[in-house]
Amino acid sequence: MRKGILLVMCCLTAVIFLISCGPEAPKTIKIGFNIPLTGDIPKVGEGSKFAAEMFKEKVNAAGGIKLGDKSYPLEFIYVDNESKAESATAAALKLINQDKVLGIIGPQSSKQAIPAGEICNNNGTPMISPWSTNPKTTKDRPYVFRGCFLDPFQGPVAANFATEEFKAAKAAVLYDIASDYPKGLAEFFKEAFEKVHGPGSIVAFETFTTKDRDFSAQLTKIVKSGADVLFVPQYYDEVPLIVKQAHELGWKKPIMGSDSWGSAELMNLCGDDCKGLFFSTHYAAAGAQGATKEFIDKYKEKYGYVPDDVGALTWDAIRLMVQAVQNAGALTGDMKKNRDAIKDQLAKIKDFDGITGKMTFNPEGDPSKCAVVVKISNTGEFEFYKSVCP
Amino acid sequence: MTLEMFFQHFLNALQWGSFYALIALGYTLVYGVLLLINFAHGDIFMVGAYIAFFIASFLLGSYSLQLPFVLDGNTIFVITVIITMVVTSCVGVTIERVAYRPLRKKGAGRLYVVITALMCGLVLENGNLALLGASRKSFPELIEKSIYTIGGITFTNVKILVIVTTILVFILLETIVRKTKLGMAMRAISYDSVAVLLMGIPLDVVIVFTFILGSSMAALAGVLFVTAYPVLEPYMGAMVGWKAFIAAVVGGIGEIRGAFVGGFILGFIEIYVAAVFPSTLRDLIAFAILLLLLSLKPTGIFGIARAQKI
Repeated sequence: MRKGILLVMCCLTAVIFLISCGPEAPKTIKIGFNIPLTGDIPKVGEGSKFAAEMFKEKVNAAGGIKLGDKSYPLEFIYVDNESKAESATAAALKLINQDKVLGIIGPQSSKQAIPAGEICNNNGTPMISPWSTNPKTTKDRPYVFRGCFLDPFQGPVAANFATEEFKAAKAAVLYDIASDYPKGLAEFFKEAFEKVHGPGSIVAFETFTTKDRDFSAQLTKIVKSGADVLFVPQYYDEVPLIVKQAHELGWKKPIMGSDSWGSAELMNLCGDDCKGLFFSTHYAAAGAQGATKEFIDKYKEKYGYVPDDVGALTWDAIRLMVQAVQNAGALTGDMKKNRDAIKDQLAKIKDFDGITGKMTFNPEGDPSKCAVVVKISNTGEFEFYKSVCP
Repeated sequence: MTLEMFFQHFLNALQWGSFYALIALGYTLVYGVLLLINFAHGDIFMVGAYIAFFIASFLLGSYSLQLPFVLDGNTIFVITVIITMVVTSCVGVTIERVAYRPLRKKGAGRLYVVITALMCGLVLENGNLALLGASRKSFPELIEKSIYTIGGITFTNVKILVIVTTILVFILLETIVRKTKLGMAMRAISYDSVAVLLMGIPLDVVIVFTFILGSSMAALAGVLFVTAYPVLEPYMGAMVGWKAFIAAVVGGIGEIRGAFVGGFILGFIEIYVAAVFPSTLRDLIAFAILLLLLSLKPTGIFGIARAQKI
């Protein structure tokens, strides 16, 4: 018993001693990644990690980032959020409290980015979600930023494109009601389409829930509804099944998607059924120029495939974060001060020249940038078709 | 809902129900003999789908080890089905041998065996995740898809294949269990597994045979499932497996007719609810109906009340 008390006392003394030493200024620039390495969309996590690794190697090979008179190497910490909302908040907390990162990149999809954004904002840690397009992610959260355009912008882009390109007067939508991103985008599409063609022009607004594999009931209704175009704002996991089943049930009209289609994995899973379809996205790999082309070539050489939009957006998000760290100047021992300085610098960034387009943050933490409509070519490549700016 | 749409949904429901029925048959076979709910069954279905994927890819010549001759799609499909059923049966029998039999020999309570089954399922799921990673696989199109439209109703050859196979399998299993000696032994074990030994019936052989039957049904369901929905992922068996189990219970677990009817009931309810209401209500209404069915007849539609059940 007495030994036990002695042990506790020793531990306490040690803890007090450690605390009294005071925090040291960090020796590296630590950035956390809250990404889906397993779960429904592992390819998204892989693309983000590959882009990050590429960036880290490039910077660290050149001696790190110079702040004041000292050079700091980059240190990236990857945490898997399993593509789940609960795990994303846990991952954010771990990165903030345990790993003591300066800022967080990710989560990628809105389903995780919305709850994780809440955690980061409450803990005063800057976060950039490269891929989340739902407005809720950054709304009223000064610490949360994003690297892409928003759904209220993407919805009208898809609606107008369908009207002009396919001469569509009636449209159908099929989306996952249990997921924030498809649900938000489906509603914005409906609003924009009905604004042009009047109420009732969305003849089928059908839903399903995550993990569903059979869509025959919903697609039967859509095929018989007389719609001219089908809008499917889903992830690459469901798109092949939906497109194939639609064709099997006799749908011969165009199908249109959103930026969540733009994964390198889509064509592996979908094959011939997806060829000739369109989707709106952040960048098109085929026909890229300048720094974008350089990034694509390097990535392809290193990992053996053309990077998708997540990879490119993550690259831009890291550059934004590093830019803000550089602008904030030397790191201090006070973590809160460091994080606040980075947040202030992020908000000030103007005309940032990213590989996915020029960005300037508005007070909400959202950049204004252009969208691209991509056509899936007969060889399965994502070809640039049209650029739409706000 | 027009008549045309009604029949289109009817056909869709037949296909979807077929998968539930095929998987439910496996649950019911094992339960009928051992009174064991084999919760690993949904994952054996997943394993079957993955085995089929590797065999089909091999036969198509996607790997460095090539066949000296080229086969056409339909032949590959038939060979894939047969080999997958054999290999998956081995997996099922291995699980029985490694996990269930030692417990049975030690006279462990049935609850422990059920928990073991649950663990086996999780091991299969996560083992697959660790081995092959989380990225999706796409099942190659072996049967050339043709789309027919008759009187406004559209269907594919795959759909017909799935429905016809399920019905044939049902007839085959009914015959085995009702008309053969092995079937008689299976039924006898479920009545009294102690007396059966005294009658000179080889208990372990019959049990292994049951697992072979059940696992090969899961394998068949797996191949057909990925032919119809060609995206493979490690957790694909979990939800379908659970629902098929519920279908088996509703039909009367232990009864082959029960699994068949229960599977189709669940398929029909799911499709028609999604067709009439928003699909968010699908599971809610489907399971509310099943709950009602069970409360009216707790042993399931074809079930007979027994003294002990879990």
